[in-house]
Amino acid sequence: MNQPQATETNDIAYCRSDFPALDQEVNGHPLVYLDSAASAQQPATVIDAIARYQREDHANVHRGVHTLSHRATELYEGARDKLCRFINASSRAEIIHTSGTTESINLVAQSYCRPMLQAGDQVLITWLEHHSNIVPWQLVCEQTGAELIVAPINDRGEVELDELRALMTDRVKLLGIGHVSNALGTINPLHEIIADAKQRGITVLVDGAQAVPHMNVDVQALGCDFYAFSSHKMIGPTGAGVLWGREALLEAMPPYKGGGDMILEVSFEHTVFNELPYKFEAGTPNISGTIGLGAAVDYLQSVGMHNIYQHEKALHSYMVSKLEAIDGLYLIGTAKNQASVQSFRLNDIHPHDLGTILDHQGVAVRTGHHCAMPVMQRFGLPGTTRASLGLYNNADDVDQLLVALEKARQVFA
Amino acid sequence: MIAIADNDELQQLYRETILDHARNPRNFQRLSKATHSAEGINPLCGDKLHLYFVVDANEMVIEAGFEGSGCAISMASASLLTETVSNLSVAEADACFVSVTGRLTQQTGDGEASTRVDLSKLKALDGVRAHPSRVKCATLAWHALHAALTQSQTSATTE
Repeated sequence: MNQPQATETNDIAYCRSDFPALDQEVNGHPLVYLDSAASAQQPATVIDAIARYQREDHANVHRGVHTLSHRATELYEGARDKLCRFINASSRAEIIHTSGTTESINLVAQSYCRPMLQAGDQVLITWLEHHSNIVPWQLVCEQTGAELIVAPINDRGEVELDELRALMTDRVKLLGIGHVSNALGTINPLHEIIADAKQRGITVLVDGAQAVPHMNVDVQALGCDFYAFSSHKMIGPTGAGVLWGREALLEAMPPYKGGGDMILEVSFEHTVFNELPYKFEAGTPNISGTIGLGAAVDYLQSVGMHNIYQHEKALHSYMVSKLEAIDGLYLIGTAKNQASVQSFRLNDIHPHDLGTILDHQGVAVRTGHHCAMPVMQRFGLPGTTRASLGLYNNADDVDQLLVALEKARQVFA
Repeated sequence: MIAIADNDELQQLYRETILDHARNPRNFQRLSKATHSAEGINPLCGDKLHLYFVVDANEMVIEAGFEGSGCAISMASASLLTETVSNLSVAEADACFVSVTGRLTQQTGDGEASTRVDLSKLKALDGVRAHPSRVKCATLAWHALHAALTQSQTSATTE
């Protein structure tokens, strides 16, 4: 279904009412949702797109000659076109539907790295990475005898660029780096880092899970080779996501999983694999989730990624100024260039106790290690409390967080 | 504005006994003479406790101690545990594992325990029943107790 490209029609100041889940009371208080970095809420248009498909259009994709299968295929492939434009991929063949960032990274580790890595080679990551951008590389290093090396971060939570550059030797075959840190909010200077890596012939994978919902992402302008992201962080449903990769690299890679839909011809002696992107989409895919993701892209574009970025940046600044004024509160992650994510500690209150007390007042935050244990170790902490903002948050949400934090101080006084 | 009911519910969880034991954990030390010990790890939270017990020739727990870090609930629970099991037989102490974990994971019921064992103080932990995500914080130390006394393993988790 070739829908016209979305134009910016939704005013961000009013978009909150488009998200049904935000309109409820939790523990007797209006919900204040500050956990979008874990999973963002979905607008009614996403929920409705999924429901409409389930009610009216459900059938398997790429298989049937009947009408419903045709409709399902159009919707599923239409989402690919939307995603292609959204991140400015050069071809729809470069958009691989996956179950999310984690599968996207594992795909690259197993399909791109595993056949290529040799003992003595290195995979380079940073201390900021989410476990999903650590463990897949550890696995492939164990399988190949390659070595995983890690660039350090400073006390603000920024990658030490000189040390990162120094680690980019001939031995490094791939750099895996987050666009935005999920635990600390740091926005990495990717243009600079990728340019350095490419100069040294290093393939670059970017974990964009925390960037795509919050800023304009142009994979061609970035100059990376792979870019991975998840639907549910970008106001879409869970279980869907994308691996973008350069067509020439994807062409050369063997399939990641075998099954239906990824083949042209199968006999017991030989299989002819399907063309891109289907080569990497074995089995019946997450059709409804991908359609929902397409609707999420439409919604984000209707608000405008630049508007979202500006709105969240202003709100984050407001939140930080208020948090800094609280006695006994200290911020974890104070990068000069930071997204709308803020980790902190309040006195010596354990994050889980803080999270429970905030929840009692309707304030949803993430507590713990945020699937980034090395980051926590770097700061000598078992965990932090993290408030993360989305396009639908406003100053009232921040003010309610402050009230709830004051309550926590009283309980643990 | 914080509603009264909300205050009450929070107070049920963070009772004075809990806050007291979390702030000033009892028997918070490694026991070099320990005959039994085990670690309790809650991988989701990052809570990590190490429990130590000195058991004498008569199979009596004559000393209990712990060290580690965790939230107020897990620290208070471990602290209360060390007070509870001191001077119990190994069998009685291990029975506390069943009593306490049963008590905290069921909505009602006080669990079974030997009449010699005073579990009244542990009522302070009952507030977690209303917080399913926090039950594991309260039971972590008890899992470690069971692991230490049965020597079935040296590391316990609530998973």
